[in-house]
Amino acid sequence: MSARPLHHPQTLAQKLIAKSAGLERVNTGDILNCQVDLAMFHDSSGPRRLKPMLDSLGAKIWDTSKVVLVLDHYVPALDEQSHQIIKFTREVAKQWRLPHVIDSEGICHVVLPERGHLKPGMLCVGGDSHSPTAGAFGTYTFGIGATEMLGVVVTGQIWVQVPKTLSMHWSGQLSQGVSAKDMMLHMIAKLGMNGGAYQAVEFTGPGVRALSMAERMTLSNMSAELGAQVGLIAPDLVTMDYLRTTRNDLSDEFVKEALNIWFSDEGSESDLFAFDAATLCPQVAAPHSPANSAPIDTYAREKFNVAYIGACTGAKLEDLRSAAKVLKGRRVSSGLKLLVAPASAKEQRVAEQEGTWQVLMDAGATALSSSCGACAGYGFNFSEHDRVISSTARNFKGRMGPSSVQVFLASPYTVAASAVRGELCDPREYLS
Amino acid sequence: MNYSSKVWCLPADIDTDNLAPGAYMKLPVAQIATHTLESVRAEFAASVRVGDVIVAGPNFGIGSSREQAAGVLVELGVRAVIAPSFSGLFFRNAFNLGLLLLTCPQAQLIQEEERINIVEKTRFLDDHTSGEQNMKSHVYMIETSGGHRLECRPIPDFLMHMIELGGLINVLKFKIQNQLIKINT
Repeated sequence: MSARPLHHPQTLAQKLIAKSAGLERVNTGDILNCQVDLAMFHDSSGPRRLKPMLDSLGAKIWDTSKVVLVLDHYVPALDEQSHQIIKFTREVAKQWRLPHVIDSEGICHVVLPERGHLKPGMLCVGGDSHSPTAGAFGTYTFGIGATEMLGVVVTGQIWVQVPKTLSMHWSGQLSQGVSAKDMMLHMIAKLGMNGGAYQAVEFTGPGVRALSMAERMTLSNMSAELGAQVGLIAPDLVTMDYLRTTRNDLSDEFVKEALNIWFSDEGSESDLFAFDAATLCPQVAAPHSPANSAPIDTYAREKFNVAYIGACTGAKLEDLRSAAKVLKGRRVSSGLKLLVAPASAKEQRVAEQEGTWQVLMDAGATALSSSCGACAGYGFNFSEHDRVISSTARNFKGRMGPSSVQVFLASPYTVAASAVRGELCDPREYLS
Repeated sequence: MNYSSKVWCLPADIDTDNLAPGAYMKLPVAQIATHTLESVRAEFAASVRVGDVIVAGPNFGIGSSREQAAGVLVELGVRAVIAPSFSGLFFRNAFNLGLLLLTCPQAQLIQEEERINIVEKTRFLDDHTSGEQNMKSHVYMIETSGGHRLECRPIPDFLMHMIELGGLINVLKFKIQNQLIKINT
């Protein structure tokens, strides 16, 4: 790609779309057809919805090498209907000869980068609203519904309206016991559930640069809760170090070029929102919206009978480690259940090898399978009147169980500390 | 003047779990539809009639990518949803399933007792285009029995094409039949 003239600075979002549309540059508001580099769908949004429609068109998938199928929503199958969905999904995967199937090995947004399917510069779609997670790797990735996925797998293309960029600039660095989840809850409180207005959010500044890939994924993941189309982070050496552990095709030339291209040009147009990581304290979202987020003191003394560490948002290896830091040598409160559903089976094995897992079990945690679990509300659910503190992304009424369930959202640190206390607890009390 | 559509008024932030609750997602759309909005308006699914219109507050459809959230409204015969703003993901899903969404900044002036007409006001060439090709847009007006005339944001022609044909799958069929796109068979 040639260098752009300085008088046409482009945002990262614009550059990614331009590449996929085969253009030198694009303007905000343009509606363009883009080539899709990768299409991900899962057992709920995938074959069971796509196959009947594909068959009715007499069409086949445009390029199976660009498709990843993940079985994570209805596994393990807890009832006959789930069993049928899973059985059908596996049969269709064979029939379509899909080369990339990840079955009961973790949640799609976490296993996608883990298995080396992402690299900067791609435009990807996912049949799931948390697909923007992949934006942490410098890809333009957004969620779509099943019928739109049909259009993608038939044509290999999708339309995009070039978005504005909302630049979330974080100065300073997080203090101990405060995490990307807290940053995100704070941003959602400021902007609201649809404050992203389906535009591109880009996370920038030293507070973001200092984060690991797992933490960056948490930011991009919850761009969905901001109502943004994508949540982008410009790739840097941290990104490249992660990618080297998951892909063997990362040439020095690719790295150099990627670092040279995939960022927002100075002077490109964006709306700036400034935040300070150094002064941020743990945040909690009260039922039934992530936008009900406030500093943890606001909800002091809220009592819980369930603590849940799960989902693509809040149960990656690093999230388990955060919880373990708090739980080491402690027990969960007697009136409370702590449930842990790891986001990836591979990461769970690492947690087991390094001892993190044992810390959680010794504290009295109950292990659930590595899948979407209660977060999706498709299988395992909470019970009437449960009061839950959860590391997941969404606390809508009726999402994770009956309408009487009260779900508070917080970081893995805060969930772990609250599990020990039996009521909302600032994790920094246990981390000094 | 006859006003054709009965109105159901809903609050802001109606989410995809209100529309298609997760617990019923294993079921076919027709069955999920019997639970539509039960956490907000218990009588809705049983009482809504073909041709009725939903008028809602801002951020309609926030949450999941599950297109069943739009599918249940098509299933129940809802003619259109009118709101000051929609979730972007829900917006795409609705048009892909042939459900008309009208972005109307003043939607909340419409009262539940009113009946309304949706009329096309103008078509114009939008300058929001990629270089050479111009894109036609459609502007709709909502006329209420209470005397309001409320203008809606323009909708690009290719999205209205989906409404006219009943969703993206029919657009794809049309394009395949007319050899406008190449497919693997």
